[in-house]
This record gives sequence, C-alpha cells and structure tokens, in this order.
Amino acid sequence: MRVADNLNAALHDLLEHEGDVYLLGEDVADPYGGAFKITRGLSSKFPGRVLTTPISEGGIAGVAAGLALTGDKAIVEIMFGDFVALAFDQILNFASKSVAMYGRPLPLRMVVRCPSGGGRGYGPTHSQSPHKHFLGIPGLSLYEVTPFHDNRAVLREMFARQEPCILFEDKILYTRQMYDAGDLFTWDMDGDVARVYLDDPTSADCVIIAPGGLAHRALAAMRTLLLEREITCLLLVPSRLYPLDLDPVLPHAERAKAVVVCEDGPGGAGWGSEVAHLLHTRLWGRLTRPVAIVHARNSVIPAAPHLEKEVLVQESTICRAVLEVLGG
Amino acid sequence: MGEVLTDEVEPGGLAPPGALTRLGDDDLSALLLIRHFELKLLELFDRGELSGTTHTCLGQEYVPVALSPLLDPADYVFSNHRGHGHYLARHRDPHGLLAEIMGREGAICAGVGGSQHLHRDRYLSTGVQGESMPVAAGVALHLKRVEPGALACVYIGDGTFGEGAVYEALNLAVLWRLPLLVVVENNGIAQSTSTERQMAGTIRGRAEAFGAGHHSFTSVDVNELRTGLAPVVDLVRRRQRPQIVEFHTHRVGPHSKGDDTRPAHVLRGVKANDWYDLYAAAHPEHFAPSDAAQRELIALIAHEVAARPLSRWEPPCA
Repeated sequence: MRVADNLNAALHDLLEHEGDVYLLGEDVADPYGGAFKITRGLSSKFPGRVLTTPISEGGIAGVAAGLALTGDKAIVEIMFGDFVALAFDQILNFASKSVAMYGRPLPLRMVVRCPSGGGRGYGPTHSQSPHKHFLGIPGLSLYEVTPFHDNRAVLREMFARQEPCILFEDKILYTRQMYDAGDLFTWDMDGDVARVYLDDPTSADCVIIAPGGLAHRALAAMRTLLLEREITCLLLVPSRLYPLDLDPVLPHAERAKAVVVCEDGPGGAGWGSEVAHLLHTRLWGRLTRPVAIVHARNSVIPAAPHLEKEVLVQESTICRAVLEVLGG
Repeated sequence: MGEVLTDEVEPGGLAPPGALTRLGDDDLSALLLIRHFELKLLELFDRGELSGTTHTCLGQEYVPVALSPLLDPADYVFSNHRGHGHYLARHRDPHGLLAEIMGREGAICAGVGGSQHLHRDRYLSTGVQGESMPVAAGVALHLKRVEPGALACVYIGDGTFGEGAVYEALNLAVLWRLPLLVVVENNGIAQSTSTERQMAGTIRGRAEAFGAGHHSFTSVDVNELRTGLAPVVDLVRRRQRPQIVEFHTHRVGPHSKGDDTRPAHVLRGVKANDWYDLYAAAHPEHFAPSDAAQRELIALIAHEVAARPLSRWEPPCA
C-alpha cells in the first residue's frame, strides 16, 4: 500500500468511527480530493464534516481551533506546507498558547497537515520543509509521516495529546510503499521509533536519525555504504519529531562509532541542532565524536531539477557525511 | 451569489444627550459595577499595585450591558484586550477578575492570563487583534450542527478591521451561514490612531461586500439599544445569518494607562457622550445611591482581593 493510500484510509477510518472529527482545507472535496489526493472520497462520505474552504489558511486554522474549543477534533490540510506561514498566528498565538494560558489545561484536539519538502520541481514557495519555524513552541507537537508508522495510530496519538499538532508529509513519500525497507534490510519498532538495520541493530558502525521524508534517501545511502564500503548503519525514524522521545535512541547513539542526524531544511537552529544538542547533553563524555548534521543548503529551493538537487539532501549527501564522521 | 443577509430589522435610533430612559436596577448596577471596577484599576496602577498593563472600557460599558440579557448561557462570547466589561456583564464576577489581574488566589485563570486572556465556561478572550474571529466561526460551525439556536458572539473594535483574519472569517461565516454575531465597538480610535487615519471606507461597506447584515447604533441608552438588538440577535440565532452590529461609542479613558494623546476638544466631545454623566443628569435620584453602592462595593473587593495569597500555577511539564 502506498503511503498516500494509508493516509487516506486513516482519515476515512477516523471520520467513520468518530463523529466529532472535521476535516477542512482548500480543494479537499471530491472529485478533486485535494492537491495530492489524500482526501479523496471523504467529502462524499462525510459531507457535513469534510469542508472545502476558501483560500484562507489563517482562517481555516482558526476555524479548526474553534471546533477544537467546543470539544470536536479538527484536521486542517494546508495545500503546500509553505503556506502554513499564513496560519502561524493561529497556531503560535492561539492554539498552542490556549492549552495552557487560561490557567488550567484546555484540551484542543487539532492537527495541521502540511505536505512539505521538494524533489518535485515546484520551486521556492512550494518545496520547503518549514519544520524549524514550529520547533520549540510550548503546547505544539510536531510529527512527520514515515513509511513505517501506520497513520491511523499516528492521528489517534496526536488527538490523544489534546494539544495542537502539525503533521509534516513529505510529498515524495506519498507514492512510496508502506512498510518497505528494501531487500537488504529488516525493520522493527522500538517505542515511537522505527529501526532499520542489516541483521543486528546493536552492531551498526553509524546511527542515522532521520524524519520519515528522508527515510528512503537514508536507506539508499545505507545500501551504498554497505555494498561499497562494508559500513553498517542503523536508521532510526521517529514519528514524533518534537518533543523527541530520546529513550529508544540513546543506547544506540552511545554504542555506535558515529551519529548522523538528517533534516531537509537549511542547517542551523533546526531539528538537527535540537537532536544533536539533546544527545550531546545526555551522552557527554560517552560519544566517540560530535553528532554530525546533514541538512539542505542554506538557500531557497530552485525549481529546475538539476538546481534543486544541488540544494536538497540527497542519498550522496548522507553517504558523504557518514564517511566523513567515520574518518573514511 | 451575493445575497445580502441584512437589514430586516430597524437599527437603533439616536438618543439625544440628556434623554436617557430610566434603567432597570440591575442594568444600572451592572453599568456602575464596570465603571467603578475600571476606575479602581487605574487607581491601583497609579499606586503601583498592579503589574503589566490594562485596557479599560470606560465609556463603553453600556455595550455589553445592553447585549448581555439577549445572550444565552449556551452562546459563546469572544472578547479582546478591552474585555473587562464584556466579562463582568456576562459573569458578574469582579472578585475573580480582579484576582486574575492582581495574580491572587481565586483568579479566573490562576493569574496566567491576566487582563487580556480570560476563559470561563463559554467566555474566552485573547489579546491578538482579529484572531478570535475565525475561532468564533469554528465555534459557530459546531453550534450550527450540534446545538442549533446557540450563537457565537465576538467583540472587536474599529481598529481590528485592519486584520485580514476578520475578512477570512466573515467570508466563511456568510458562505456557510454560521450563527455569528460580530459586535463592533467603534470608538473612533485605535490605540492612538483615529479611525479616519486607519480605515478606508466604512464598516457597513465592508459588511455589505460580504453579504453580512450590518446595523449601526449611536445611542448610549441601554433600553433603546436592547430593543434594537433583540431582532438582530434573533436573526443570527434562528436563521443563521451572520450580522455585524456596530456601536458608535466613545472611549472616555486612555488606551491603556496615561497614554491618551487626544487634544482637549476631542476629549470634551467624548466626555459629552459619556453615559455616566448623561444618566446622572437625567435620573439623579436613581443614579446617586447605586453609584455610591457600586463604588463602595468595588473598594471593598479591591481591599479583600489584595489581601489574598498569591495565585498558584503548575506549568505543564517541561
């Protein structure tokens, strides 16, 4: 099953079983079913609760927060993750603050879905990974779709947190298969974190930590490193990026010769730095070398494919980083 | 498209100054409770007993007092930075509000929200201009489906019309026929900037552009306003037609504290429209005892709340 189909099925399942779930977004209604077809079939089946909206990201996020305020659960689809900037006030100043600023917990169950990332030639305003702008906001959790986490469970978990959540969905992941780590590797789950490895997760030379959208590029790099350099890597893919549960990561990071964190946005002041800082703090004196961060170039994202490739993280970028930290 | 969900009711008329009708005891005491609450806040600030900032509604007290009995406990009310009157008209809880502002035990929101961020039952205020409009639209969407007959009421100001969120919400509310009542307190000034320096066109023109109903009120007479408001509220409640009610009102006090830069002749004009003086002149025998009683009540409350222990709050996990 493709990741897009898993996500679509998860939304169908949620709307069917929970009568207080709403979904709002631009062009989400049938027959169009959303720019990436993730909402296909939903408006036909749940007409009162799946609403196609005007082009008003801030307004839609506010409506979702209002629904959540009444006890409903609301899902917003932002057509391109870049546009979530237009909803920033509602997310930062209203929803995230309201869970705490009235002196007692106010449950707000809302999920803002953001198709993010490049690799499709959409250019600077339709390709970015805006994660860093939402990191570190009290009352806001960040998730990313992965090929290993069933989105039914992910959506339920986000609502169970009773606070606003953003779900980043890397566009190039939509057409990939769920639960497929390739022919060389096996995978399993440790808590929230998917682990992909050759045969023994505890014997890898290098630990790679990556969000779902980078999983396939990391897997390709692992394959190359294994076949060409006999280097073994363990890939860790968390579903929840922030706040990150470090427990499944620590023992591996401590044991390995090197740790590489990957992110597809420009480097610095972002998820990579956050994870590296957490690991440095928790494992100070026990790490063999500083945690390395692989990130996109500090640049806008060009439209032309050959230029876009220069900016965004590729399989080769990850390979190079691993070789570098291992002294190869 | 373009159906205008508007004037099926008569707008409230003009009450020439001095012609205020006699109020019910409860309305008068509500007005004076808010007036003396706000005056007390400015006094406490002057004495250095309050922290942060506050925005008093001096001169505008009659707006929520006129509206309050027309709203049902099932209705949601959204307020803004200038919201003490809105809260007191709905909940008559000066103790909780002052404790909130002073960070004392018994505070509505444990002292976390302070003056601008209040939440109790179906009342919620927040401090970013226009932000509550789409939120109220979302609440109205829920009410329409689950609790028909209930509405969402949002207080905004003339200055709020500078925010895009207002228009996104208006568009959605009319498009989806949501039970949304927008109460505009047009006091002619946004902090220090007069309305003519910050707004092109009119609020009515903007309402009409979206097909929302618009009703203008210039009176400061609670009885008269309530009569004019009742059918408008009913239109929202029964027929899910979003309406904007615009009060041409007067901010008698400063934006915050001691920051009024309006020239003397403007302030004289504002003062001439203060319901407080107008009612005192029109009904001195009714006004005087109630005024004294509310002043004394607020003095006692301030004394009592100030003596309470500090509020306590456990932040959510780190």
